[in-house]
Order: sequence, then structure tokens, then C-alpha cells
Amino acid sequence: MKKGMSFYFQLAFTLLVCAFLIVPIFMSITAGLTNNYFVGVKSGLTLRWVYQVWGLYSDTIWLTINIALVTTLVNLCVGVPCAYYLARTRSKLSAFLDECLTLPIAIPGMAIALGLISVYGGISEFRMSWLFILVGHVIFTLPFMVKSVLAVLQSINFRVLEEGAASLGASFWQRFFHIIVPNCKTGIVSGVLMTLTLSAGEFNLTWMLHTPLTKTLPVGLADSYASMRLEVSSAYTLIFLGMILPLLMAAQWLNRKPKRTA
Amino acid sequence: MNNASTSVAITLKQVQKTFSDGTLALKPLDLHIEKGEILVLLGPSGCGKTTTLRLIAGLEFCDQGGQILFGDRDVTSIAIEQRRVGMVFQSYALFPNMNVSENIAYGLRVRGESKALKEKKVQEMLTLFDLEPYAERGIDQLSGGQRQRVALARAIITEPEVLLLDEPLSALDALLKKRLRTDINALLKRLGITAVYVTHDQEEAMAMGDRIAVLDRGDIAQIGTAEDIYLSPKSEFVANFIGQMNHFDGLLHGQALSFKSNFMALPEALYSTHKEGERLRCMTRPEDMRLIAFEDATLKGAVFHSVFLGDRTRVLVSVEGVTELLHVDCFERKRYSRGDRVGLLVPPLRVVLLPTKETEDMPC
Ligand SMILES: Nc1ncnc2c1ncn2[C@@H]1O[C@H](COP(=O)(O)OP(=O)(O)OP(=O)(O)O)[C@@H](O)[C@H]1O
Ligand SMILES: [Mg+2]
Repeated sequence: MKKGMSFYFQLAFTLLVCAFLIVPIFMSITAGLTNNYFVGVKSGLTLRWVYQVWGLYSDTIWLTINIALVTTLVNLCVGVPCAYYLARTRSKLSAFLDECLTLPIAIPGMAIALGLISVYGGISEFRMSWLFILVGHVIFTLPFMVKSVLAVLQSINFRVLEEGAASLGASFWQRFFHIIVPNCKTGIVSGVLMTLTLSAGEFNLTWMLHTPLTKTLPVGLADSYASMRLEVSSAYTLIFLGMILPLLMAAQWLNRKPKRTA
Repeated sequence: MNNASTSVAITLKQVQKTFSDGTLALKPLDLHIEKGEILVLLGPSGCGKTTTLRLIAGLEFCDQGGQILFGDRDVTSIAIEQRRVGMVFQSYALFPNMNVSENIAYGLRVRGESKALKEKKVQEMLTLFDLEPYAERGIDQLSGGQRQRVALARAIITEPEVLLLDEPLSALDALLKKRLRTDINALLKRLGITAVYVTHDQEEAMAMGDRIAVLDRGDIAQIGTAEDIYLSPKSEFVANFIGQMNHFDGLLHGQALSFKSNFMALPEALYSTHKEGERLRCMTRPEDMRLIAFEDATLKGAVFHSVFLGDRTRVLVSVEGVTELLHVDCFERKRYSRGDRVGLLVPPLRVVLLPTKETEDMPC
């Protein structure tokens, strides 16, 4: 097939956009690995900055992983039943819940954080612990989990499947764990990946909620941008990318997969 | 394997169904299905076939006052998972997350049966339904007919008390339909299982059922064997729904029904039960009528059109005094052309008479 002018124009445009997005990331990565960024790569490559970041900020990394995992766990336990309930019932209550779940997507993270602080901020034990951030993250990410499972549930005829299982003698819980959960696996996995990614990268809300002892990676990152030399914060970014990119790639891969089999 | 020992009779007493939105889907219904009997629920779309089946299954519950019995067991308020029914859905409802064997084994799995028993029974089912080569396949890798068989195998493996089938063949092509319905019928009979079979296809109904219940807008219009329903329909609705019927009105004169200059002799059983001069609706099937010589007939007409259909020729005859064209099936491979004068012979015993709705005035 002969490719016309417009094809090459589009290709050039796409490459340009990619470059626009990727070049800064690439620059940042090199910055984190060079001895002296102002001298350039010829000053030599090093892992020194990475080690230094690890020494300074490893607790933020562990806390981020911890919060992301627990958020995911909470989302699994709450989000999947919630999506199932929403898909199953069509009542005023379920419509209201559906609306409530959309809200955190629309409201800025700052506002959610402010709400949390003004209501629960007085309970200092809670305010000081990482659980406070966890609550914020659950509120922020739960809608994504629910919507992603809900989308799958609405695309399969799960009621008939359930009726089929019931006719064979399966109790409610057997139906839920044998039929519903396995058949929304794609929704659950993509919800999990989304939760992990969103929680690990969340800044707005976390920045408002954090205390000096409960800093997550993105908050620490902002901190280092403000107070450290460029190479250190770049190395920090590098670690962050190393954590988040595999998750993003897994999510992308998962989104493509169903289309191939369908 | 044989279900004769486990299957039971089904009794519905005054079972009525009103949906939450106020739709009265089923008028109070009494129905008794013998142990081992296959009852077909037949009727047009929306008449309440699926609703009846779901009530028997326990997927819906009937209004206050109704009662459903499996044998002597009152199951009216028992949920489906405790009713011991087998069900085959129109869409099959096979579990996409399980392969063929796992689908078939599911009923045993939820009962916590041993692995050995599961394997043995699944193997039995795979053999019975010719599914052995597909045991490990995912259900999206099966043809429609294969899925249908998996659904049936899955439903009967637990030896249910009753088997409920909702249009199980409607997603298949005509040829496969015919083959499978014979297979299913033979299987159900061999298993001796009580079954309720829903269809809107009258041919399928006649091939499958011991008895057929024709439903009309949430009510049983008629229930009986295929012969009963075909040969002596109780209403025009039933007559129209099963096979083809000629309908025409005439006046009762003595022992015959008259149409202006034409008349048609009736058997005593028919003329004696109606009043002289009464306007009656007469129904006959095309294959029961015969074309004879014009001179010999009391019912005379002219050929309007004829169509060769292979096994028979369908001739449309216009008769003086009858508004409708009469459809006559002719099996003698004779040719008729438009305008041919023919006589019609209607065997008196093949006539169904019903009072017409407007009995009063008739201009002849
Ligand atoms: N859940 C429901 N809520 C309200 N009305 C319903 C519900 N299910 C069925 N109906 C109504 O009950 C009537 C009978 O429906 P049913 O599904 O039993 O018909 P059917 O004979 O199975 O038709 P088909 O051949 O199209 O499957 C219909 O008028 C239908 O609209
Ligand atoms: Mg139906």
C-alpha cells in the first residue's frame, strides 16, 4: 500500500508529541545517574545518588508500598462487593451510592483532605498515624476499583450465570466466589493495578494529610526537589519510576489482552 | 444412570404471579405434571411460559395463596438452591471461567462430593453426550450444539427431581434443532425424569411433549396431548397456534352448515349441540380437506391459486358464501390452474365448530 503525505505528517506529529513527553523523563533519569549534571554525562555515571536517596528516604518508599498494598486490600474487600451490589440492584439507594462513588473523582484531592482533617483531625492518635493517609487513599481510589469491576459485571450476563449456579445447588457465597469473582477477574486485576498506581503516585491529598513521620514517596519527592541537589531528586524520581512503570505497563498489557481474545 | 427413582410429580395450585411493577404475568393456574412426564409449555411471546418455569424453579415466587408441590414436598417458599431442580437456560448460562468438565461437575462440587465420584460421573456424562473430545475445552471454544449438550449434562448430573428447560434449542439452526429434540426426548424418556419444556415452536412442542399446555396471556388456553390439541382445539387461539386452520362462518340448517348455495354435512355430535339457524365458526385443516369432482360436491368453488410444495400441492379455493379463501392440501400430484371448478369434501369428523362472537344477524 502506498503511504501518502498525510501518513508521514501524522507519524512526524506523533513522534514529536512522544519526544515532548519522553525527553524530560529521559533527562531526569540521566541526571540521577551522572556525577555532576552541570558538567554532563562526561563527568561519569554513578549510582551514588541512588544510594544516597535510599539512605535518606527509604522509609518513605516502604510507607508508600505499605499504604498502596493496604489500600488495595481494602479496595478488594469493599470495592468488589460494592460493585456487585450496584450491578445487582436498581434502587434509589444504589443510585445514590453510585453518585457518591463518582464524587471523589470529581472533587480535588485537597478538598477531600481538608474534609478529613476537619472531621477526624482532632483524634490525634489517628491524625498522626499512617492510617489517616490510608483512609484518604481509599476514598480516592475506591471509585476506580468499583467502576472497573462494575464495567465487567455489566458486560457479562452474571445474573443468568448466578441463576445457573443456584439451580445446581450453589449457595450465595459459593456463587459469589465460584462464579462472580472469577468472571470479573479482568476488572479486579485492572482495578488493583489502578489502585496501586494511583496510591503510589498520589500527591495532592497525601501532602495535606502527611505529618513529618508519615511521608510517602511523592511527598518526599517534593521535599527533595525543594531542598536537595538536582542529582538527588532525579535519582529519587528514578526510583519512583522504577516502582510505577511496571504497574503501568501491566495495566496497559491487561487492557489490550481482552480485545485479542474477543 | 436413571432418574426414575428421584423424579417427582409437580403440582401447581392457584399459582398466580404479579411482578413488582404490577404486571399480572400469570393468572391463577392449576397444573399437575405426572412423575416422569414431559410437559411442554407452548405459547406466543410474552404469554408467561418463562414465568411459569421460573416459578417452578424457585427463581420467582408466586403471589400469596398459591402453592407449588414437588411430590408431597411443599416447595412454595423454598429457594432454588434447595429445590433440587435441573435447569437448562435459553442462553445456556455456562460458566466462562470453567472448562467443559468443570461446568458439568459444578453441581457435584457445590455438594462437596468426593473427587472420585465427580470424575466417574463426569466421565459418564461426557460419554452420554458425546463430549469426550471437548472435556478440557473452554466453553467459548464450543459450537452451539455442543454448548447445549454441556448445559444439559450439567443439569442432569445431580439427578434432579425435575428438569426445567427454557427454549433450549432456540439458538440453534433448524436442522440441528430437529436432531437434538429427538435426542433430548429419547434421553428424558430413558431417564424417566419429570420435565417442563418451554418453547414457542409448535412442531417442537408436538415432538417433545407427552402433554402440551398452550398458554395465552398468562392463562392455560388448553392442555392435552398433541393429538387432543391438534384435532380438537377448544378455541380459535389454540387452533391458530398449532398447525394451520381454515376459518369460515356458516349457518346451521338441519344437519348441515350452509353458506348461501353451498352446504356441508355435519356429524350428529356437532349439529345436535347447536341451535337451528345459529351462526357458527367452522374450522378445518388444509390436509383434511379433499378436492373432488365439481358435480359430486355440496361445497363447490373455483381454484384461485395453486402452489406446488413438493410433498403436496396447496390449492386456494374460493367458495360462494365463504369470505375467506379455503386452503386445501392435495397429495395426488394433480395440476390445478386458476378458474378450475372443483368440489370440496370435508370429512365431518375433522370439523371443529365454535360459536361465533357475533351470533345475531347474518345477511343470508
Ligand atoms: N421481571 C419482570 N418484571 C415485570 N414484568 C415481567 C418480568 N418478567 C416478565 N414480565 C412480564 O410477564 C409477562 C410474561 O413474560 P414471560 O417472560 O413469562 O413470557 P414468555 O412466554 O417466556 O415469552 P418469550 O417467548 O418471549 O420468552 C410479559 O408480559 C413480561 O413483560
Ligand atoms: Mg421466555
